[in-house]
Amino acid sequence: MAELAMRATELVKWFGEGETRTVAVREISFDAWFGEILFIEGPSGSGKTTLLSLISGILRPNSGTVMVEGQDLWAMTSDRIADFRLNKVGFVFQDYHLFPRLTTAENVAIPLILKRMDWNESINEAMKYLEIVGIGDRAMLPPVKLSGGEQQRVAIARAIASRPDILIFDEPTASLDGDTGRKIVDFVKKNILNEKRCIIIVTHDSRIFEYADRIIRMEDGRITGIVQGGEREE
Amino acid sequence: MEGILKIAYKLLVNDKGKFAALLVGITFAVFLMVMMTSMFAGILHRSSATVLNVGAKIWVMDPAVNTPANTIPLPDYVLDAVRSINGVNYAVPLYSAGALVKLRSGVYQSVTVIGLDDASLYGRPELLEGRIEDIYAENAFVVVKDSEFPKLGNPRVGTEFELNDHRGVIVGIARVTTGSLFGVPTLYTTYNRALQYIPSTRFTTAFILIEPKSSTAVPYIKAQVAALGYEALTKDEFIQKTSDFYKYQTGIGTNVLIMTVISFIVGLSISGQTFYTFILENLEKFGALKAIGAKGKELVLMILFQASFTSLTGYGLGIGLASLVITVARLRLPSYAARITYPSLGFAFVMVLIIAGISSYIGVRKVLRIEPFDIFRG
Repeated sequence: MAELAMRATELVKWFGEGETRTVAVREISFDAWFGEILFIEGPSGSGKTTLLSLISGILRPNSGTVMVEGQDLWAMTSDRIADFRLNKVGFVFQDYHLFPRLTTAENVAIPLILKRMDWNESINEAMKYLEIVGIGDRAMLPPVKLSGGEQQRVAIARAIASRPDILIFDEPTASLDGDTGRKIVDFVKKNILNEKRCIIIVTHDSRIFEYADRIIRMEDGRITGIVQGGEREE
Repeated sequence: MEGILKIAYKLLVNDKGKFAALLVGITFAVFLMVMMTSMFAGILHRSSATVLNVGAKIWVMDPAVNTPANTIPLPDYVLDAVRSINGVNYAVPLYSAGALVKLRSGVYQSVTVIGLDDASLYGRPELLEGRIEDIYAENAFVVVKDSEFPKLGNPRVGTEFELNDHRGVIVGIARVTTGSLFGVPTLYTTYNRALQYIPSTRFTTAFILIEPKSSTAVPYIKAQVAALGYEALTKDEFIQKTSDFYKYQTGIGTNVLIMTVISFIVGLSISGQTFYTFILENLEKFGALKAIGAKGKELVLMILFQASFTSLTGYGLGIGLASLVITVARLRLPSYAARITYPSLGFAFVMVLIIAGISSYIGVRKVLRIEPFDIFRG
């Protein structure tokens, strides 16, 4: 049986106070397991990105807990939460957020450098991950010289460089055409996912749902249903 | 930590446009500040040229004297009284006044004539040509070869001129450590010849120069001279008094200070604004770094490094540019007074650190406020 990667319990997050208060996430609980690709899908404004931020140590919930390796993430100090993000979580941002002034290899090496790995060693390690994502020959180019799909791969290489347990993708296909988007997710499922890693993807792109092991459907800050193994259960 | 600084370095220098703008701002500010303070230092240094060149340890003068150029003649008895003070090894009079010489070409030229004590020639300059004994010869003068020397027609030993219808002959060419501030050549002669050649007032001694028996005697000598109603200053005190006069009583100091402050504000504005823009443009990237796991102190370190690196590079370029300009100006204009001093460099360095500090502070505040969640939200 697969191991538990992360457990979210009764998560609540609101923004603003008084009349301007908006509840983005309402008492959400779910588990994520190693070896699975978990999709979080729903319309814009349904709270997907907020939920992603709550479980990845980026945004503090108003209430509820996120348990990782038996520890409450939000009970940690801010420095330990930063360490958690650096060591346990890999992010692939919607806009990639690659550094245009650095080479592709240097971009991928950033998490390793933040982990105090020697510069040259980090670059060598980054080259390996670029090979894994199939763009080893682009290592010395700046990201702006790469296509959208290639930039996405650089972002993936950067996310997996620190060997995280949990990999988080925010709208990975939003900036790509349908074919490239599917190829990327297919690549992730075949090459990046393993039994010691959990991948959580926020998306509203139904064309890639076929790659999900489970799909959490959100609406108005609530989970409205969970789809398993490709078939929908409301 | 080295890797993080390397990322900061690459983010900075690879943004060539911004980096160049930052460097220009700081270089320009440092250049202006160093030029201003160097010019002022040069003026102050030259204003004390007589004190430095004569080199006496103690100078006696009327308390109203502010600079070596503006003398109030001392009554003759003062010299005898000073000589009788315990602790005075010897004391000699010094004559210093302006005069007009007529060159062989018929051109009139202002000069400063310094009359040295006939017996000791205390305060005599180092000779490049001629012999010092020849100063006792008839009509003899020693000319100083400084930046003003050509104004006397580049005289040689034996060159003749007229001073108040008296014949004068150059018997020696000397060098001194510091050129004069006022752009006039300097002639040395004996005290008595100076009195003989130049129209005199009732009293003639500009300063009394004292050689104390020991440095411990100096306070006593100063007290005794003060009891006479006059002022005895050590060489350094006289230089300081001269500097203070030019700094605080002529408006030069205020003007230089205003220009220096303007230079600082210009530099701060350019580099502060550019650095702020640089941080704003990279704000999302700093947010992404935060999301990836960079701690706040690491981001602060990156920004401090970027600001310090730019500032110190700009400081070096500014100093280099100022040195180059001063050197070239001196080659073209021998009387150009600017000189780069350690206090000037130190002052500019402190100002640059302030620029770096303020620029960093603005950047750090912005970066620490960015939430990684904003990156997710786009």
